Amino acid sequence: MTQPVELPRWMDLALLPAINLGLALLVSAIVLVIVGHDPGQVLGLLIKGAFGSRAGLSYTLYYATTFVFTGLAVAVAFHGGLFNIGGEGQAMMGGLGVALAALAFAERLPAWVMLPLLVGAAMLFGMLWAAVPAALQAWRGSHIVITTIMFNSLAAALLGYLLVGVLKEPGNMAPETRAFADSARVPGLHELLGWFGVDWPKTPLNLSALLALAAAVGVYLALWKSQPGYALRAVGFAPEAARYAGIAPRVQILRSMMLSGALAGLVAVNEIAGVQGRLLAEFVAGAGFAGIAVALIGRNHPTGIVLAAILFGALYQGGAELAFEIQGFSREMVFTLQGLIVLFAGAMAQVAAPALGRLVKALRREPAHG
Amino acid sequence: MDEVTLGTVLASTLRVSTPLILCALAGTLSERSGVIDLGLEGKMLLAAFAAASTGVVSGSLVLALLVAMLVGVALSMLHGYACVSHRGDQVVLGMAITMTAAGLTVVLGIAWFKQGGQTPPLPDAVRLGPLFPGLMEAVKGVALVGPVVALGLLGHDAFVYAAFALVALVWWLLYRTRFGLRLRATGENPAMVDAAGVSVLKMRYQALALNGVLSALAGAYLVMAQNPSFIPNMTAGRGYMALAAMIFGKWHPLGALAACLLFGFLEAVAIRLQGVTVAGIGQVPVQAIQALPYLMTVVLLAGFIGRANAPKALGTPYIKER
Repeated sequence: MTQPVELPRWMDLALLPAINLGLALLVSAIVLVIVGHDPGQVLGLLIKGAFGSRAGLSYTLYYATTFVFTGLAVAVAFHGGLFNIGGEGQAMMGGLGVALAALAFAERLPAWVMLPLLVGAAMLFGMLWAAVPAALQAWRGSHIVITTIMFNSLAAALLGYLLVGVLKEPGNMAPETRAFADSARVPGLHELLGWFGVDWPKTPLNLSALLALAAAVGVYLALWKSQPGYALRAVGFAPEAARYAGIAPRVQILRSMMLSGALAGLVAVNEIAGVQGRLLAEFVAGAGFAGIAVALIGRNHPTGIVLAAILFGALYQGGAELAFEIQGFSREMVFTLQGLIVLFAGAMAQVAAPALGRLVKALRREPAHG
Repeated sequence: MDEVTLGTVLASTLRVSTPLILCALAGTLSERSGVIDLGLEGKMLLAAFAAASTGVVSGSLVLALLVAMLVGVALSMLHGYACVSHRGDQVVLGMAITMTAAGLTVVLGIAWFKQGGQTPPLPDAVRLGPLFPGLMEAVKGVALVGPVVALGLLGHDAFVYAAFALVALVWWLLYRTRFGLRLRATGENPAMVDAAGVSVLKMRYQALALNGVLSALAGAYLVMAQNPSFIPNMTAGRGYMALAAMIFGKWHPLGALAACLLFGFLEAVAIRLQGVTVAGIGQVPVQAIQALPYLMTVVLLAGFIGRANAPKALGTPYIKER
């Protein structure tokens, strides 16, 4: 076997993701040409739609908020050596937690009690939904990828059952709960700025964006600056070595998945308490899977994830704008790109890196020869 | 339950099971060779789209099937290139294929057919009708078993019977041929296969090629028999359910068949019980029946009912020692 070449740090952290992203963009551009669009025009309009106006920027950051949560969720599990595909289901259960708390208490409690309660409920429900597959992996050896996929379907079935049954608003045809009381609504940015007399267009961007930033900082501190975080990463990085060092892998599996599930659950704070104001069935809409792409491009580091989430937020917002601007353009182009990013940055990461490694080696050797 | 109901439930069980069976066989072949396939859902979806769009444009059944298989095999080769040759993460690749397929089919569908991602209905020449309509009418009149056999077993299209035949074929291939022995060994102990002078990479590529063909057939069935046209995201989790069936069947074609029939039966019953009130229970929770396959798979994986042993080398790329 040839020894893998150690890449310089800047290459590993910046160049490699850029190359993988570039490849995904290139293939997307080819698809765009095939369906008869001009990739340059699409890119220009996408950037304009995502960043060109205050409303556009707000939407971008609103989407990014959700992706920070799901991206962090994937990353935390990854550092524990696990692949959590269950973000989708964990976020749905987070929504259930938010809805139950809001429907039970929001009429009686003020917002300053209610909002932390909602955050706690979202985290708790997401956490518990992730804890079951984690425990099954740790103690019964069932493959976490398969169980989390199954738990996505189970969560969808459970939510569907509750939303056409006990939680359904009487008289409403749609499968959704009644609207939450005002104290269970996370204030939007336009409301917040309105209190200070600043005029801002009404968008779904809400206070959850700050929660997402706090979550990113929290994950950084927990994983890289704390002793339990070190143990968690040790198990993910070298399970055998960690075991010799006296770290019980089972507890770490449980911990990393519970933290991961709690982060995924927070999606509901943004989408349900922040935007919808009631629980409905399809609110996660693939954000859990998008988190995989976000974590891969963000190299599983909070800073990278925040940047990648903004990139994806821009793609979603820009894509939505494009669907209005260009005849025949569909938002699904963004999902295609997202899948291609997972392909190039994740599954084919091994394809570009060795080539880059050989290049580095060749460049290093050259001066010695000369 | 009268004979007609019994016959219809049996018929819809077989119809719902068919794509699951084909897909589960596809999964069994690749996983037996040691390659995880989470991309079944995506392969099926893209193949369904390929079959539908080719069928609409050309009006040729053979061409539609061929293009679908070509797409299935191409995706499998991508799978092999990334995961077998370059040792990429197999789970991540499966997710990538599924996510890309979900987006790409709609993008192309809207661009080509301008019906919100749907294809126009497939022409009759590309659709599959009952294989034995005459026999079905003849048997219908027979007392007692007539309606059950006629409605349940004889009214199907070629795919349904082909799926059963393929189960037997895959079983024979895996357990009665040298190729099958090598394939199973590749999933259990690749180093040994390598030592015996057989290329692990080649075995896995071959398993993946068959996997591509079978998942393409599953996709083609959806647009040629089950639905009149391609609809965005029409696989609706069937790939994952097939994966569950494969695990539930303990990576064995006959086990997978049994699991698919069971899951298919549950779905057929759930569809039938939608909105039905049963005395004593009240409204039947259809979602609970639909969730059962996933729940049973989780319970099985946890080792509470028997043990599901995955191929030992599943998910581990093979590195040849030099």
